[in-house]
Amino acid sequence: MTAIADHGVRANSLVDEFQLGLDAPICLTWELTYACNLSCTHCLSSSGRRDPRELTTAECKIIIDELERMQVFYVNIGGGEPTVRPDFWELLDYAIAHHVGVKFSTNGVKITPAVAARLAATDYVDVQISLDGATREVNDAVRGAGSYDLALRAMQNLADAGMRNFKISVVGTRHNVSQLDDFAAIADRYGAQLRITRLRPSGRGADVWDELHPTSDQQRELYDWLVANGESVLTGDSFFHLAAYGDPLPGLNLCGAGRVVCLIDPVGDVYACPFTIHNDFLAGNVREPGGFAEVWRTSDLFLDLRRPQTGGACASCSAYDSCRGGCMAAKFFTGLPLDGPDPECVKDHGVAALGAADRAAAPRPSLDHSHRTRPTAVPVSIAPRPPAGWTPACNDDPLAGFALS
Amino acid sequence: MSTDLTGQRFDLDGAWQLHPQVSIRPERFGALLYHFGTRRLSFVKNAVLRDVVVALGCEPTARAALASCNVAAVDVPVITRALAGLAASSMICERAA
Repeated sequence: MTAIADHGVRANSLVDEFQLGLDAPICLTWELTYACNLSCTHCLSSSGRRDPRELTTAECKIIIDELERMQVFYVNIGGGEPTVRPDFWELLDYAIAHHVGVKFSTNGVKITPAVAARLAATDYVDVQISLDGATREVNDAVRGAGSYDLALRAMQNLADAGMRNFKISVVGTRHNVSQLDDFAAIADRYGAQLRITRLRPSGRGADVWDELHPTSDQQRELYDWLVANGESVLTGDSFFHLAAYGDPLPGLNLCGAGRVVCLIDPVGDVYACPFTIHNDFLAGNVREPGGFAEVWRTSDLFLDLRRPQTGGACASCSAYDSCRGGCMAAKFFTGLPLDGPDPECVKDHGVAALGAADRAAAPRPSLDHSHRTRPTAVPVSIAPRPPAGWTPACNDDPLAGFALS
Repeated sequence: MSTDLTGQRFDLDGAWQLHPQVSIRPERFGALLYHFGTRRLSFVKNAVLRDVVVALGCEPTARAALASCNVAAVDVPVITRALAGLAASSMICERAA
């Protein structure tokens, strides 16, 4: 959570300070593996299969040591499904012992009662269970059959273990914006806190964004609901483009990509943010000499992102100071220019831009670790029962054709 | 003596410290504070205030911490108000003197 407590005197705007970048990220996302037991249709990292070049346990510990030296407060660990890494719990303990807080996102597959008890007893760790529908039907349509029950079982185990205020993490879609109160009720039932974030056209999300992203009416509904619920609902700062409606939502309300946040992917590649897995946003690799700190401090890409931005086509818009042009990843993967409006611009400039853009030419994610076989329905027809005594020609049962007497 | 500039009282003559679950990171504009218990991030947008916050734990009173950082008399109210805010969000806490 990034609640702002402003205790300053004689200060420049903090947002301006952050736009110019910090010597170390405030926090960062670290996808530990591309392996996942699920195949969510909107997966931001196109996860599924493990990458054979995945960072080893020893390499991960070197990164944690470096994050400790840089005083990165915490890491948001994700994937893939991070808990399927055999060394996940070892790395979790190592990070905490080295004063790097951990928030990790999971679909719940490994959150057994024993694991839940262990998590409840550990300070400096926060758990986010992903749930994209308040009902099984809405959730499983995106996250796959059985995923709703998996998530709820994990929540029950955490609640039973006495874990308070774990997070239920929801990606806002066209099919679940009408369920916001139901999500809040689920969170209350388990003593959890609700977290709602924006759907981006990143990873496999590019393939489903057109059908899944909230309509403009739903965006307004979502914004009003978030304003009404204030700081009790987290948003990961992901809806800053909605600040153009009027009041900003709680949080920093800026794009922190390469400035105050970034992504380390499972093979050590450093990207500007978790939603920009594309060569255009690749800053370097932690395996290079100098490690992560060198990439963070000297990469051309990050230095460029820290230069004062011009509003481009948005500069003349009255809302630019609020939304600052919106989300870079959302523009990039929908084929829009980076210095133009967000595709979900609340002033509807994005609709016009999408109409004018060559959507087919939009950049594709650079990596795809999707499972090669996607669960698909197998068409089955029910034939009439064969007559008694009928034997198929291919039946190789030695007793085929013999009737018992 | 207490101050009540923000509706929150702050005891300048009490013994204070950075909360044990808070990590402080110096920045060019002052410092970032992160509370691992409440998971909240706060900002100290001034180097003097940052030095005062760090000094709290090694001085007998907050007033002594202000003195050790050479806080000008004219700045005492605003620094005190900032400390009250940090106390309200549990970034700093009282300690046994």
